[in-house]
Amino acid sequence: MRLSSSVFASFCLLIELLGIALFLRGFFPVPVKSSLSSKSKLSDLPAEPLAGNSPNSTKVPPPLFKRVVIILIDALREDFIFGPNGKRFMPYTRHIVERGSSHSFIAKARPPTVTMPRIKALTTGSIPGFIDVVMNLNSPAVLEDNVIWQAKNSGKRIIFYGDDTWVRLFPKHFMEYDGTTSFFVSDYTEVDNNVTRHLDSTLKRDDWDVLILHYLGLDHIGHISGPHSSLIGPKLLEMDDVIKKIHASLISREAEGTLPNLMVLCSDHGMSETGSHGGSSEPEISTPLILISPLFQRKVGLEQPAMVEQVDLAPTLALALALPISQNSVGRLIPAVFEEASLREQLRFLHMNGHQLSSLLRDSNPNFHKDGYEQFRMAEKTHGNWMKLYMDGNTSEVLGNMGKKLLKQYLEALQAMSAALSKQLGKYDMYSMIVGMSLILQVLVLLVLAMPEALSRAACVDVPVASAFLSLPFYLLCLLGSSIHVLVCTSAEASCYFCSLPWLLAFTAILFSSALLCSLNVSVGLRRSSKYSFHYWTLSELDILLLTGTVGHTLSLGASSFVEEEHQTWYFLLNTLCLAVFQDVCRKYFRERRRPGDDEEDDPLLPSIAEEDASQATFSPAAELGVSVGSEKWLALSTPILTLACCRLLRSLNQTGVQWAHLPDLSHWLNSGDHKVVLSLLAALSLLLIFLLVQRRCSLVSKIALALGLLGVYSYRAAVGNVLFPWQHSGRSISKGTGEARFVYIFILGILFTGVKDLLRSQVMSSAVEGRRLKSRGLWEVYSGVVLLVALLFRAHNLPTLACCLLIQTLMAQFIWKKLHYDAAQTTIMHYWFGQAFFYFQGNSNNIATVDISVGFVGLESYVEAPAVFLTAFSTYAGPLLWACHLVCYLSSERDRAALSLGHGSYCFALLRSVPAVFYVVLVTALRYHLFIWSVFSPKLLYEAMHTLVTAAVCLFFTFMDQDRT
Amino acid sequence: MWDVEIRGMASAHAIIAASIFMATIMPAVLVEKFSVYGTHLVWLYSVAGSVAVVNIAVFWLLGISPPTKKNTLSYKLSKLFRSCVYFLLSCLFFHTVVVLYGAPLLESALETFSLAVLLSTFTTLRCLCILGPNVQAWIRVFSRDGAMSVWDTSLQITTGCSVVGAWLGAFPIPLDWDRPWQVWPISCSLGTTIGFLTGLLTAPLWIRWHRKQLTYKLK
Repeated sequence: MRLSSSVFASFCLLIELLGIALFLRGFFPVPVKSSLSSKSKLSDLPAEPLAGNSPNSTKVPPPLFKRVVIILIDALREDFIFGPNGKRFMPYTRHIVERGSSHSFIAKARPPTVTMPRIKALTTGSIPGFIDVVMNLNSPAVLEDNVIWQAKNSGKRIIFYGDDTWVRLFPKHFMEYDGTTSFFVSDYTEVDNNVTRHLDSTLKRDDWDVLILHYLGLDHIGHISGPHSSLIGPKLLEMDDVIKKIHASLISREAEGTLPNLMVLCSDHGMSETGSHGGSSEPEISTPLILISPLFQRKVGLEQPAMVEQVDLAPTLALALALPISQNSVGRLIPAVFEEASLREQLRFLHMNGHQLSSLLRDSNPNFHKDGYEQFRMAEKTHGNWMKLYMDGNTSEVLGNMGKKLLKQYLEALQAMSAALSKQLGKYDMYSMIVGMSLILQVLVLLVLAMPEALSRAACVDVPVASAFLSLPFYLLCLLGSSIHVLVCTSAEASCYFCSLPWLLAFTAILFSSALLCSLNVSVGLRRSSKYSFHYWTLSELDILLLTGTVGHTLSLGASSFVEEEHQTWYFLLNTLCLAVFQDVCRKYFRERRRPGDDEEDDPLLPSIAEEDASQATFSPAAELGVSVGSEKWLALSTPILTLACCRLLRSLNQTGVQWAHLPDLSHWLNSGDHKVVLSLLAALSLLLIFLLVQRRCSLVSKIALALGLLGVYSYRAAVGNVLFPWQHSGRSISKGTGEARFVYIFILGILFTGVKDLLRSQVMSSAVEGRRLKSRGLWEVYSGVVLLVALLFRAHNLPTLACCLLIQTLMAQFIWKKLHYDAAQTTIMHYWFGQAFFYFQGNSNNIATVDISVGFVGLESYVEAPAVFLTAFSTYAGPLLWACHLVCYLSSERDRAALSLGHGSYCFALLRSVPAVFYVVLVTALRYHLFIWSVFSPKLLYEAMHTLVTAAVCLFFTFMDQDRT
Repeated sequence: MWDVEIRGMASAHAIIAASIFMATIMPAVLVEKFSVYGTHLVWLYSVAGSVAVVNIAVFWLLGISPPTKKNTLSYKLSKLFRSCVYFLLSCLFFHTVVVLYGAPLLESALETFSLAVLLSTFTTLRCLCILGPNVQAWIRVFSRDGAMSVWDTSLQITTGCSVVGAWLGAFPIPLDWDRPWQVWPISCSLGTTIGFLTGLLTAPLWIRWHRKQLTYKLK
């Protein structure tokens, strides 16, 4: 089967996507879920075990507390209270911990230590899987069983003040609420005042049962200036005052005869030494958990707080309030809380918790009998006997001792079951992973083997499918694959996704995979005897740099630090590339008369001269029209230097990564409120530059649309409140800017439509020259539509990134790629590198937390899933996409060899993406028990998968553009 | 004739390499609390200084420098002055390149500049010693197939090795090992020095190995 290079490339990428999807499905553990879809009901509760006669009471023990106040302080680290500074910063809380009637614990949070999944863990008692977090970036309502729902269902009246994530997670659950957005991280006083202002009136009232407060200020301070900043102390004192006020009010309203009240002080996650969170370092996962109630005994001094899991709070609260434990909770109750209850009640609580855990375990694990389940059954039996004795009125010491022993037995069983459930979250579905991996490995080998053919003059690849289908090994492989599949799936060792697929689908995959393997085999044989050989490929210095850079980057992914700081790798490579290009330019222009200028031995005077010319280039984008030979030389020389300068500037615009992310950068400075004028000017200038650079190859209609669209972008930013509008100084309230954004969307669609129309017309054009001209204009219009959309989605401080991107593209295309006759492969690799660097220039990192979700709301009144996901993905991958689009425009504008270059370009693009993706998948499989697998490697894996998806889309675009060749 | 030249070069290189070791050992004896990591700049300048002095002395004694047409004092002085200017310019150039590579612009500027001085000492100074402040000659040596003597080839090799060493030295900086040598610019200056030493070592060997292929055109 003969395929053109571009078709072959997109075909390979699509199969790779399927493989990666299968791998991801196997890699990310499915969250532990109960098979029952409904929520726990009181009537489902198990009866109290009683040996002999039928179980007597299904009654739930009475609640221990009347009212509950939960104070959640975002990013409160354990040592802020229990550490040496605790006495200074939180004197009252510390006093309660040391002398008051309270219980203190250190609750371990699970990574990812981000607010939303932590709130879910606190309320549902389950551990949200990593994939859960990604799927729910917009935190829609919690559908799982949870304490809040149970409380509301049993008629408790809940009031909530604080982070509006709660309001989104639990819509209609609160009797009264006031959500504050954590959108403006630079604000750390207003967010907390918005919560505290309700306190006085609420505490006086009697019409509520549960009060939840979520304070965000501390987290914001951490993000701004870290855990050792001078702002932390006053903020903690403020929190201490709040705690004191609530505690005093609760004590004063404590009445004789009614149940005591409970106050819970907890935190969703800690704070790393740089003030951020999300990872799994010790300070990030250690949070304090303090339960205060007159029910507890007074402490007599500071004890080392015990360790519990964060998920333990949910079952504890549920039992203490006489609510059913939520179904998917993997936590176990905190025994200290129930110390004051009678032994019978304590045992009853433990039994209920154990019953819930055991049924969850039975649902989620096929060989559940091993871990703790049997232990629990034993304990249950003993419990029955104990109850019988108890009911008989036996009050001897023996009964007490037996009860104590039973208590211990229950606790051990609970721990074993809880551990087994948590461990299940770290289990991989190896079979699916291996199938996915083998698929993409085969595709990679196919791609690499096809290199000489795909990059040849014909740009066609011969995939020996027919001969593969007819060969004997194909049938043998099919047989082997199917038998392995049947063997693995029937052995029922663990649940496996690939087995749960329909058999027809699975067998198709096996068939396909073995066909691929056979054709690989055949093509290896062909290559060995074929005329293609690598001998005549002489490598220049630039080629060596491009190859070593690609290989080196791929290998660097093996180190977690290099994954965290991947932007450094790309910046470094890009700089070296620019210097190498500079050397090439010097070689070209100074061959005889002047020095060739090795990159290390260059005339130091050169940059300063060049920079002056560069400024000229900046303001005359139409330089292509008529530049004399002399000035062209200087422009060409200045281009790499200007690129270097741009990259250096952009690098300090957004600090990303982990180690140096806390350093002050330009974007913070620009966004800090005092510099709004500068930001506005910068945004306006960037938009002007964007217009000048993009309009030159558009038709008149598109030019006008582009200008209006860019004006719309500015007015959108002004409406949202990012920038100042020149003739409207005061009194404008900050709106969502929906109207303005939709105005821009109309123009984007208009430009895209014109572009597509031109492209279609060029297909039916009779004259080849005219058709090509029209096609290149159409492509450029599509490109400018993309640029306009990016301009709309980028934050105001990122607009210079876009402008610089366009500037570099224009200059490089004009003076470097065309003039130095780089071939399609070299140009593609350079575009890919630039795209990667710009991905990080715009502020992205390999951490999920840097994805800017607010983009999904541009021009939308409310959250609509499809456009929001598309817009978020688009703006995150704006850098690579822009460079890929430019590559299409550039390659198809090459006059004599457009079709050939497009084929080569798309093939190189696919190969460049496949190599790191496949290597990374293999690597992640090997490192699956690494300490940082969830905090560093998994987010990167998702980024890689997403990037492959984007690249596949680009490659399909390439293929469509490549269709019209003869 | 070939062997004599190569042997001479090898011994010159050995002296320069020895001077680097001496520059590391001597301050350890003389200066209190000296360590390569702790008082890095002291080490750096001691190495740079000793390499500069030894280079100048060796090439002056060997008489490698190009024959001068005029022998007047004023000509020599102007040559010396021009060499100094070139050296300073090359320091600034290296500084700029290092900043473009991502070194902080304002803070630790002294460290960055010191690295630039070290790089210039290993590259530009040797060029100045062997070729003189003659731009045309530099262009010739660093263009393809431009070497006209074993000294030119050795210059190419040592210069390339030093720069590549500095380039490679930047790699460990992002790693989270928290080692003392990951502090800016220690790993880079160590990389430069190691690269330079490698260059000094490999140049005679490489030339000897390839002496059949190396045919130098005469001027």
